[in-house]
Amino acid sequence: MPRLVSHPDEVKIVTKRFGMGAANIDKYIELGGYEAAKKCLAEGPEWIINEMKASNLRGRGGAGFPTGLKWSFVPKQSAKPKYVLVNGDESEPGTCKDHLIFLHDPHAVIEGAMIAGLAIGAKTGFIYLRGEYRYLLEIVEKAVADCYAKGILGKNIFGSDTEFQIITQSGAGAYEVGEESALMESLEGKRGVPRIKPPFPAVVGLYGGPTVINNAETIATVPHVIAMGGAAYAAVGSERNGGTRLFGLSGHVERPGVYELPMGYNLKKMIYEVGGGVRGGRALKAVVPGGSSTPVLLPEEIDIGMDFDQVGKAGSMLGSGGVVVLDDTTCIVEFALRTINFYQHESCGWCIPCREGTDWLKKSLTRFHAGFGTEKDIDNIAYLAQNMLGRTFCPLGDAAAMPTAAFVKKFRKEFEEHLNGKPCPFAKHMELAVV
Amino acid sequence: MNTETMSIFSPQLAARFDALVAKYPVKRSALVPMLLYAQDEIGYLSDAVIAEVAERIGITQLDVRNVATYYSMLRFKPAGKYNIQVCTNISCMLRGAYELFERFQEELHVGHKGVTPDGTFSLEEVECIGACCWAPAIQVNYAFHDELTPNDVPKILAEYKAKTNGSVKNA
Repeated sequence: MPRLVSHPDEVKIVTKRFGMGAANIDKYIELGGYEAAKKCLAEGPEWIINEMKASNLRGRGGAGFPTGLKWSFVPKQSAKPKYVLVNGDESEPGTCKDHLIFLHDPHAVIEGAMIAGLAIGAKTGFIYLRGEYRYLLEIVEKAVADCYAKGILGKNIFGSDTEFQIITQSGAGAYEVGEESALMESLEGKRGVPRIKPPFPAVVGLYGGPTVINNAETIATVPHVIAMGGAAYAAVGSERNGGTRLFGLSGHVERPGVYELPMGYNLKKMIYEVGGGVRGGRALKAVVPGGSSTPVLLPEEIDIGMDFDQVGKAGSMLGSGGVVVLDDTTCIVEFALRTINFYQHESCGWCIPCREGTDWLKKSLTRFHAGFGTEKDIDNIAYLAQNMLGRTFCPLGDAAAMPTAAFVKKFRKEFEEHLNGKPCPFAKHMELAVV
Repeated sequence: MNTETMSIFSPQLAARFDALVAKYPVKRSALVPMLLYAQDEIGYLSDAVIAEVAERIGITQLDVRNVATYYSMLRFKPAGKYNIQVCTNISCMLRGAYELFERFQEELHVGHKGVTPDGTFSLEEVECIGACCWAPAIQVNYAFHDELTPNDVPKILAEYKAKTNGSVKNA
């Protein structure tokens, strides 16, 4: 069972029911659950969207798009059915927040999806979980069944004339499916390759109908936004970044875990106070601030507020909120290699810059880590990464290129120390070089 | 399909599949989960599994294979009864996942994607499984084990070995 952690600086909104047995429907209702959905049913779509816009809630999957605005793009009239799709394919290395949401508060996801459905006029919501999360899927499916038994889901939710159904879905192992258009392809029973945009899912999405796709954390936040009021939720966070975020501290940190902190919380403080500092009191070498696809930050670059805008200004991204901490024993070349191995494995192969780019980056970095790199390779790695950026259907190509380019740029000296037959100075995990 | 007489799946699973194809606006949406659930029971996607899934969905076997080859959890040959999946991605790697993976290799005498001769265990190095804050983590079939050290390996193996006499599958 994943360990829950706590820190006085936390503002528990999304996590407030964690560890309280709220996966049980009666407990969830006892704790105020489904009141937000009832309120939304009474108030209507326009009111919901206004509250969401006022909340400054931005997409927790990584892109940070304003949720209320996204919902407002869905056309009011549609010949085809509209859908809500909850993205629980959580696969970005460094990210495990949705894992805890599904485990401790599955009804928040159902209630959030219902509110999204009421806002856009959808009668069906899908909750898609990655295939590895089977035990969590079972928890979610139990929660859905309990809702049907109580008339919370179905043709007449809460005894009204409004219909809302939830359909759960299991993936079968694919990072790429976390991209919204690939997610729809997968749910339609196909290979998870991305679709070209436009049209955007809000207009032409699942089964060709207008579709709102949100990350599981975003959706689980929605009932709390409604309960608190959009403005009150916004006030918790920083400018244009409403509320809290489930930050996942992992790697070489003394107290790893998922902490719910206000948007804009200082990264340095997060590592040294919330996380208890670098493991064993060692020196900090680097921080990957928002999942493996986000460019690495140096110790002197981490005195920043953790919200979408401030991390962006620092040259990286808030991403999925997965903060990975690296101490001074870490070989950056090895870390870069392990990162690119992942993206090479997960590239769907649909676009050439990503398919070939990730493969060549893997080959170059493998050779490098083994000590067979040349000076020219360092520039080649940067050049390859630069030529992938912005040239693919979906962001996976960028997700592979951005961190690689940053590793080379910020740790060039360490790459040079691996040159000309010199083995890795850290002498670690040489088996990576022969995979 | 008359699931009672023709299906290669257990009556329970066949009934579940009958319900699954009716669950979505489009029948084909059942394909990916159906393949995974079929694999859970049969062990892998055999030719017979592909054939029955194709018939149930109403698409060609080629189409099923085209989709199945995309997803990393789906396999076309048997794994061990307990498939040990060691995450070595960044958060786990930083906390000793390779040392853990090495220990599993030593104990089981198999490497990546290897199966022990008695078919009890198979070993796999996998990408991020979403347990980064409790690293290093593994999955044995669907069960998570987290915050491990190499010294935990013998105990985990013994625990599953003890289950092999029971009827537990995909625990």
